Amino acid sequence: MDGLSLSEKVMIGTALLGGMSGVVGSFAVLRGRSLVGDMLAHAALPGVCLAFLLMGTRNLLGLSLGALASGLVAIAAVTVIVRWTRTKEDAAIGIVLSTFFGAGVVLLSVIQKPSVGGNKAGLNLYLFGEPANMLTGDLFLLAGVAVVVLLTVAMLFKEFQLVCFDTDFAQSQGWPTLGLDLAMMAALAVVTVVGLPIVGVILMAAMIILPAATARFWTNRLHILLLLAGALGVAAGLLGSHLGRNFPAGASIVLTATALFVVSLLFAPQRGVVARVVAEWRLRRRISREHLLRSLYELGEPRLPLVAELRVEQLRTYRYWKPKLLERLLQWAVAGELVKVAENQVQLTPLGLRRAAELTRTHRLWETYLMQQANIAADHVDRDADETEHLLPAAVLLELEQQLEEAGRLPRAIADVPQSPHELEPPPPKPKRKKPQS
Amino acid sequence: MIEETPKNAVEVLSFMPELSVVDMWIVVTGAATNVACALVGCFLVLRRMSLMGDAISHAVLPGLVIAFLFSGSLNIVPLFLGAAAMGLLTTFLTQSLHQYARVPSDASMGVVFTSLFALGVVLVKKYVSGLHFDVACVYAGALEYVPFAEPIFGLPRPLFTTLVVLVVNLAVLVLLWKELKVSSFDENLASTMGFSATAMHYLLMMLVAMTTVASFEAVGSILVVAMLIVPAATAHLLCDRLGVMVFLSAVVGVAAAVLGYAAGSWLDTNYAGMMTVAVGVLYGLAVLFSPRYGLINALVRNVRMSLKVMRDDLLAMLYRVEELAREKPLSPANARRAVGGGWLAQWGLAGLVRSGQIASTDDRLQLTDTGREVARSLVRSHRLWETYLVEHLGMPLDHVHEPAHRVEHFIDEQLRRELEAKVDAAAGDPHGREIPGGE
Repeated sequence: MDGLSLSEKVMIGTALLGGMSGVVGSFAVLRGRSLVGDMLAHAALPGVCLAFLLMGTRNLLGLSLGALASGLVAIAAVTVIVRWTRTKEDAAIGIVLSTFFGAGVVLLSVIQKPSVGGNKAGLNLYLFGEPANMLTGDLFLLAGVAVVVLLTVAMLFKEFQLVCFDTDFAQSQGWPTLGLDLAMMAALAVVTVVGLPIVGVILMAAMIILPAATARFWTNRLHILLLLAGALGVAAGLLGSHLGRNFPAGASIVLTATALFVVSLLFAPQRGVVARVVAEWRLRRRISREHLLRSLYELGEPRLPLVAELRVEQLRTYRYWKPKLLERLLQWAVAGELVKVAENQVQLTPLGLRRAAELTRTHRLWETYLMQQANIAADHVDRDADETEHLLPAAVLLELEQQLEEAGRLPRAIADVPQSPHELEPPPPKPKRKKPQS
Repeated sequence: MIEETPKNAVEVLSFMPELSVVDMWIVVTGAATNVACALVGCFLVLRRMSLMGDAISHAVLPGLVIAFLFSGSLNIVPLFLGAAAMGLLTTFLTQSLHQYARVPSDASMGVVFTSLFALGVVLVKKYVSGLHFDVACVYAGALEYVPFAEPIFGLPRPLFTTLVVLVVNLAVLVLLWKELKVSSFDENLASTMGFSATAMHYLLMMLVAMTTVASFEAVGSILVVAMLIVPAATAHLLCDRLGVMVFLSAVVGVAAAVLGYAAGSWLDTNYAGMMTVAVGVLYGLAVLFSPRYGLINALVRNVRMSLKVMRDDLLAMLYRVEELAREKPLSPANARRAVGGGWLAQWGLAGLVRSGQIASTDDRLQLTDTGREVARSLVRSHRLWETYLVEHLGMPLDHVHEPAHRVEHFIDEQLRRELEAKVDAAAGDPHGREIPGGE
């Protein structure tokens, strides 16, 4: 281990730290406690100073224990304030954060007096962090802490998961929710405390939140979230310390993590912004197309079963489409063999007629429901149905179909199915396959 | 015999350190900062945005560096502009992340301000490394050096800028009092009243950013964060009206400045840190001793209530014993045990004997006339309530004693009369016992 250069040590150290932070940070972010990392980082200062005053020397383990102690006191203080007073949680965190840090600043000024001896050089750096000060011994400490923390999370995974998502159920099952909660917070405190001398206060808070918030864009499942957050933390640590050779290491790591966050924010499938914008655009396009078909059906309905030839102008004024949009919609319909367009006339093909009838049926089913179950006046239901009809599930449709048939308002093209010209044989048993998505 | 006449009032108060002009500037600067912060801080606390103060005080860093680079000097005006811009940007990014990317609100705040701060640190290292950037100074400020800063209009520069911000904050509060008030408690009402709650939000954040920057030089960021939150939270524990809360938070801010300065001088430590600790202590005192919400007062109220209930129980029990006309006398020990025992029973009994409601002779307890009157009302309340529960609410017979036992202490004469009107008191209670008549 002694053969490692400083930059290698920094990379390993920050990777370990990033991985740990990602994992414990996931629980904090999921429980809405992202800023507790910030609080712990600030509240650790008085503990560090007191530990120094007691020990008289800069020993990482001792200072870390001091930091941990005052961090845990801070957590207890916040809990007491929230439970016993009218002060709300965000204010409680802010109060504890700032007053503890203020006490730390006072102690720091005491330490810096010439009358107080000891090697004080490293203490100031608890505020901003300085990876260059990392000794090999510190790496061992980091590795040890990482192993303990990750083992704890792995062993208590199911319990943590339960407490995270349904505390009341956990309590009713007899799990010691308060103890588990404190264990989670203690793990957070430990990781924060060992990270402080490396990346400093604010940046430690960032490492707790960023990997977890980033991973959240990619998955819903807790174990994947933890793995991904850990991996992202490691990546940020390695990349950050490598790319940021000429910059303050802590800041580079955080900026790398932020870059990963922004990329995930934009490009993650399903939850990313781009994916959601595309999905919404696709939905709107489908809605416009369905409106086209239904309009064609409604305009030609009086002349059924003859399929009407309609003028494009007539169609356009039915729903006041913009001409360009209508042109694109008709192109799509022609390409899908749903309509025939000749000169200025539009006509539904048999396939198109069937599809349009289906859509109209759905629309009227919903209108009926609104009138009968929600007591909405007949002239008020069209707009509502317009919006809802595209998203109704099949079970609902079946039920409403019955009501419509009784009222005699079922679209005719579907209701009339000719008799079979031959005897029907039962089909051979086939393996089930998924219905194709429409 | 007085040998020398005192030279001035300060010398007479020999336990106080001599106050000099230097000291006075420090206290005044601290007080001005604290008040400026407390004014906006009240609204942050009420809107549950306390940590935005922390966030903005860190996120302004890149704005300050950029303003410094553009203006080429440490003139306060471009710094204000830079800070205000960063305040707006932070708010905007936090809101957008929360609204459009569906990031939880606390995480979005954390992501935005930490990455902006990291950006600021990088910018400082790259462009401002020539300037001595004392890390600790940013956090802890340099109140000690304020009196020696260059004067503007006779005031040390940090004090001048702080006073300007104080006046601006006060002006905004006065001019927009109703809007700030409504938007803090009910955003939808604000919209219906015709002004934008969002605009108020952005305005508030801009004020926070400017207050932060103005205070940095003197007191550092940590005192700013403390003063934005703690005086307001303290005042919140002491009152229920917004105007009073704002006033009290200013008072707490000033007190923290004075106490912090005094303690800092005595212990020879950092003033800003000490003021922070002082305001924390004031908060702690409010938590314990606030007249309405303090823990000590709540405890005292609880004990007094328990004691009253205990005394009532003793009296009512003795009355019932009399009713049964038992031969065996009731000893104090047995009586105490019957009502649950413990020091509460001891206190209760002693209090009743002292106030002449129970006579204790020869290890035997007896109700005096006054005691009997009180006991009679209690038992009357109890049995009227039981009758009411059975007759009007249809509760089963074995379920009515417990509720009546709890409620009897709080039924007053007016309620007894109303109950009497509703039930047939002459017929006795559901258990067949007579309901004692009223006075």
